[in-house]
Formats: sequence, structure tokens, C-alpha cells
Amino acid sequence: MNSPNGYRRESSGGHPPYDHPAYASTHKRAPRNAPVRLEHTLSEITGPRFEMLAPGENDLTHFDGGEALGERIIVTGRVLDEDGRAIPHTVIEIWQANAAGRYAHAEDQHEAPLDPHFAGIGRVITDDHGAYRFKTVKPGAYPWRNHHNAWRPNHIHFSLFGPSFATRLITQMYFPGDPLLDLDPIFNSVPDPAARERLVAKFDIEVTIPEYALGYRFDFVLRGRESTPTTG
Amino acid sequence: MNSLQTPSQTVGPFFKPALIRSGNESLITSKSRGDRITIAGRILDGDAAGVSDAMIELWQANADGRYDHPDDLQEKLIDPEFHGFGRAATDELGGFRFYTIKPGSAAGAGNLLHAPHINLSIFARGLLKRLVTRIYFPGEQLNATDPVLNTVAPGRRSTLVARIANSDQPGALRFDIVLQGENETVFFDV
Repeated sequence: MNSPNGYRRESSGGHPPYDHPAYASTHKRAPRNAPVRLEHTLSEITGPRFEMLAPGENDLTHFDGGEALGERIIVTGRVLDEDGRAIPHTVIEIWQANAAGRYAHAEDQHEAPLDPHFAGIGRVITDDHGAYRFKTVKPGAYPWRNHHNAWRPNHIHFSLFGPSFATRLITQMYFPGDPLLDLDPIFNSVPDPAARERLVAKFDIEVTIPEYALGYRFDFVLRGRESTPTTG
Repeated sequence: MNSLQTPSQTVGPFFKPALIRSGNESLITSKSRGDRITIAGRILDGDAAGVSDAMIELWQANADGRYDHPDDLQEKLIDPEFHGFGRAATDELGGFRFYTIKPGSAAGAGNLLHAPHINLSIFARGLLKRLVTRIYFPGEQLNATDPVLNTVAPGRRSTLVARIANSDQPGALRFDIVLQGENETVFFDV
């Protein structure tokens, strides 16, 4: 039996290491042994589809009968592979803090108000062209205990599957011009500064809806396939 | 035109409301083909403390060794009652439990049969990118010739093989994941 080819590897400097001393939570969780390289076979080139995930939610600005507080934003873009090919019909799971910088989560003890009309959870599926779009409010910055006076920059969490086990990605999107980015050990865990910039959305006046919401554009690039002999 | 990969970032501590649904720890229905197994274990950090804010995802073939995906070209039957994906968060002690079936063997490189295994992704606060490992099965003949197990140093292979938790229940398996330190689990670079 012939299998389709595997996927490309992590780009050098393009992803964080496991051990990143500036991010204290890595100290006891980063493995000490280097990972064992695995040649891709069926286990890696196949991956889950989404029968089991609940239907999408692309409007985070309303919850429990009311409208969330904060600055409304539109986030849109495409999911692509490294060759620029669209990845259609793939799920994107979304979560974030509210406009005050507080998650609707029992373990978030930050002294900032919860918003009864903001759950901070979304899920979208890319269309035939790999495009996605959702509406939310801009998440607030919040303090954390990594080091003295540590604050996370404004960010939205994303979880993507792509076409295979090898393309699985969980990441965070940041906002342009945020003064906290230079100080954030998680953002700065990505060694290559150019790769880091790929985590920052671009403000886009064309996406912005007059008198309603600011627009941001953010594309995801998942691993592409190894170059293959032409198979037609 | 080539684009460059979007970097990974940690899942953080606040993912559960968005990503975890009760029931996703079971991969089976009453009609799924195959031998039922449960896989229970804990995720432990470098101090042997339970990791209470991790997420584990399973991806596996069905009882015949067929993945439910169009790139699996093996001439084997899809099981409409088994899709092969599961997901759960760890509890306050770092524990997890999945309900699934033992997968069959899938073809690997050079048409060699791989030993039955389950693919795992692990995400947590403090993990800037996912960890990948595999669960193999105790007493499985194909383990001796499996090309992946054989790339692992012999002294570390046992970290990839589940244990029978209770000799009265052969389907009850135990698999602990040690992130760091003595008996550190083997993780893979995929």
C-alpha cells in the first residue's frame, strides 16, 4: 500500500522550546530528554474530523439574553498551509478573557468584574476558501504571577486541527501596538522575532464596520505537505 | 508562494469551558466494533505532583486498524460507530480516564505492520507546544518488531506500554505520563 506523503517539520526558530526559563510554569513540566523523531505514517497523516464537536458559535458579543460590555471587534482571516493552499472545513475553537481581563472560569481569581453577558467561548468552521470570521469584544490585559508585576498582553486563544494529527496547533493571537508584548515571556518564547510577529493581528479598516466594530485580520498557517512526486 | 508556520503558544489554564465537553472521554457507542478498554492514569510533573490543568487528546485506528480519514488508503472497513478521537481534561489530582476499544494494527513504512497503539497529544499551562506520545499494549507480539518502539532506547520503551491495572479485568489499563525526571515518558517529535 502506498500512503500519501508526510507533513513538513516545525520551522527552525519558529516555535517555542519546551524549556523557557522566563516562563516559570515550564520549570517542572518541560521534559529533560529530547523528543524522539518520528517518521510520519498513517498515525500522523490522518486526523480527527468533527462529528463530536458542538455546532459553531461565531458571535461572542451576546450571552444569556444580553450584550457583552467592551469594544466590539471583528476577527477574520484564512487558514492556509505553507504552500498558501486554503484549508477548508476545519474547526477553530476560540476562548478569551472579557473586556476587563477576566475569564469566566472558576480558577480565574483576578479582581476584575465578570460580565454576565460574555462567556468568551466560540467555535467556527472555515469555508470552502479556508476563510473564517467571528465577532467578539477585545479582551482586556490581566495580571499573572509569573514574576513581579507580570501582565499578559491582550490575546485570544485558538485551537486548530487542520487535516491531520501532524497539523494540530494551539496558539494565541495578539493585538498590534500592545506595549506589553515586549515584556511577555509567552509571546517572547518564540525565538525568531519574525515568527513572533506572525502572532500579531493586523488592524484592517476594510474589515472595520462603520459605527459598529473595529476589524482585525489574522491568518493561520499550518504545516504543509512534504513535496511529493506529482500524482495528478 | 510559501507562507511560514504560525507559532505554537500554551493552552494556558483557562481552556476547560471552551474545549472540554462531558462525554468526549468516551470514543465508543454500544455498537462500536472491538474489545472495550479503559485507560486511566495521571500526568505527573518533575516533582511527581499531579498536573491538574492538562488536556489529553486521543487519536486511534478502529478495531481493524483503519483510521477514519480519507488519507488512510488501506483496504479495511470504516466503523461508522467509531471515529477514533477523544478528549479529556485532567482532574485535581492529574488523573484522566478514557473509554475506547483496542485498535488493530495499521500498515507502516515498507508495508510493515505497526503494533497497535493510540496517539496522544498533551497540552497544559507551562507547555508552550503540545507533547506527543503513544500508548502501546502489554503482551502484544508486534511490539517486538514495531519500528517506532525500536527507535526508542530499550531502557525507556516501557514508558510507552500500558499496564494491566487489574488482572481480573484485562481491559482495564493504566498509563501514567511523567513529564519530567526519573521515568520520564518518551515523547515524540512529529
